Amino acid sequence: MSVEVDNIIKQEYKLGFETDIQIDQAPLGLNRDIITFISEKKSEPQWMLEWRLKAYEKWLKMDEPAWAHVHYPPINYQNISYFSAPKKNIASLDEVDPQILDTYRRLGIPIEEQKILAGVAVDAVFDSVSVKTTFSETLLELGIIFCSISEAIKDYPELVQKYLASVVPMGDNYFACLNSAVFTDGTFAYIPKNVTCPMELSTYFRINALNSGQFERTLIIADEGSYVSYNEGCSAPIRDENQLHAAVVELITLKDAEIKYSTIQNWYPGDSEGKGGIYNFVTKRGKCLGEHSKISWTQVETGAAITWKYPSCILLGDNSRGEFYSVAITSLAQQADTGSKMIHLGKNTSSTIISKGISAMKGSNAYRGLVKIRPQAANARNFTQCDSLLIGSDCAAHTYPYIDVKNPSAQVEHEATTSKISDEQLFYAQARGISEEQAISLIVNGFCKDVLNQLPMEFAVEAKALLSLTLEGSVG
Amino acid sequence: MLKIKNLDVQIADKDVIHGLDLDVKAGEVHVVMGLNGTGKSTLLKAIAGSYETKSKGIMEYFDKDLLSLSANERATEGIFMSFQNPIEIPGVNTIYFLRTALNEQRISRGEKSLSSVDFMKRVQEKMNFLEIDKSILQRSLNVGFSGGEKKKSEILQMMILEPRLILLDEIDSGLDIDALKSVAKGINSLRGKQTSFIIITHYNRLLEYVPPDFVHILDHGKIVKSGNASLAKELEEKGYEDVLSST
Repeated sequence: MSVEVDNIIKQEYKLGFETDIQIDQAPLGLNRDIITFISEKKSEPQWMLEWRLKAYEKWLKMDEPAWAHVHYPPINYQNISYFSAPKKNIASLDEVDPQILDTYRRLGIPIEEQKILAGVAVDAVFDSVSVKTTFSETLLELGIIFCSISEAIKDYPELVQKYLASVVPMGDNYFACLNSAVFTDGTFAYIPKNVTCPMELSTYFRINALNSGQFERTLIIADEGSYVSYNEGCSAPIRDENQLHAAVVELITLKDAEIKYSTIQNWYPGDSEGKGGIYNFVTKRGKCLGEHSKISWTQVETGAAITWKYPSCILLGDNSRGEFYSVAITSLAQQADTGSKMIHLGKNTSSTIISKGISAMKGSNAYRGLVKIRPQAANARNFTQCDSLLIGSDCAAHTYPYIDVKNPSAQVEHEATTSKISDEQLFYAQARGISEEQAISLIVNGFCKDVLNQLPMEFAVEAKALLSLTLEGSVG
Repeated sequence: MLKIKNLDVQIADKDVIHGLDLDVKAGEVHVVMGLNGTGKSTLLKAIAGSYETKSKGIMEYFDKDLLSLSANERATEGIFMSFQNPIEIPGVNTIYFLRTALNEQRISRGEKSLSSVDFMKRVQEKMNFLEIDKSILQRSLNVGFSGGEKKKSEILQMMILEPRLILLDEIDSGLDIDALKSVAKGINSLRGKQTSFIIITHYNRLLEYVPPDFVHILDHGKIVKSGNASLAKELEEKGYEDVLSST
């Protein structure tokens, strides 16, 4: 096979640039003072500070999980700065540091006027503080709240207090607990009863300041009969040190409501030796609280050095439905341990898991899934399909499905396949005039089709481009 | 059109073809026959530029050194190979694959890509001609295709890509008589002064529909006997052993 294309994948990370702006940074380390500093910086109410401190005390007693199929040197949690923010206080877009705006433009974030025409409302998280929230006013007319979590804590404390940690309890796991103590910003959305959100809500996350871990907190509530589609996209500048990212996302659907949550994750993956890159330890979970409600996770994961992530659904309401569609690519020396949990509690609940793992170069990809049917969940159904695609001979794929059924009326199906892009497939396509790279892209897109079809149109186009970019030259 | 001189081909470090000569002029139909494992498929793969093959010697195509070109560059130059076992690509529609292939070739040649409408017109026309069920267009490439559908799909691709040198590897095996006729019809429709064929087959029956100009017998990686259409008939009647021992 041709070797020249091998170089293409090694070319510089395409979104890797660093913005030089003044930052307001907390000193390294974590203790009660730092948490108080964060809370003060954000002018939070007392209850929030107390909540954070409680989480911190819990976290101190917890151990970092070691069960995932990933390997990394120990993280020194005292060598991380837990808060950084662009220095100026911002009232309007005109006051935003032009460099930040430039960064956004290079990332293609639709914050400017012409982008409004595209119908996308953006809550852009630059490091830890939301710089600008667009469209909030338009959305507010419909009663939709779309703002940073910091604003929500101040402006909508009842909603935040009611739902924060109602899906992911404070002490759920080591990283979620750390997040609870130190989260700096994130997105909040509330869709009122019987409102269909007229546009895709989007957030771009971008890690920037040196050594600053990033701890987003996202909370989305869809009230009875409402619908919202939320798009999350990520990228980060090139960097040598590993950066810890431990986000928490909580989704809540009430009766007849639906949340569609789509992610494209393209953080710096590190180099081909595994140096640098983001550690992405994320807790994403949704709770179908009301009957006939639905939560759907779709993710395309191409970046990060390590991914530890299991978007899950707790199906509490009768007839509720959970979905998980995932494409995870590990190339270079990337490691991913990702999958989903579907917890069936209500009657006639159903869930679908479609997972497509692609490993190339020295990448390692593990699917880990749990389907749990509790005794009260009569007539629950799950369908799981878990496919792995290997490119080359130095990569690996693992599958860890856990199925725990406590109700005899349950129907649980699990299908799994492992395949390899063969020289024969590539030669066949090439013998028709298709270049090797295009052939890989074609085969991979075919493999991921069921998942890509779930993404909102424009997001799908982006995802396809990203897949091709990530796998360029991965056959050598 | 194609000049092969003193060609050696290795597959997985094994010598499969050694010292092979073959001269194909524009408009000629060459048939290569031989026992299993004598290097017939390897010869076609070497001409088409498979990763598997390591070739040494002279292989010229319209004065171009083929051995220096990648498989897709060779395809763009007008070389088409149909596979003995067409490869499956799950999730990729036949029609999408075909359109990508055609337009990649056109763009590489500096031509404009074909519009959807013009492309569909061309596909419709060829499908009607070959009497292929339209459902294969929307199905994943070769996935769940019957043996006949796979071979007809190869012929469809050949007709749409309009190559100049066509390599057919056992295009007739596993076909019922109707499918065989339809495949032969496709082949004959491209026969002409500009197009040449190298066809591998075990049976004379395809050659009744596609009369060859030359028949070669390959043995141990070498062409050991060449003749005209009557050689294929003789082979069918007497078998390889007799025919080869009589030389």
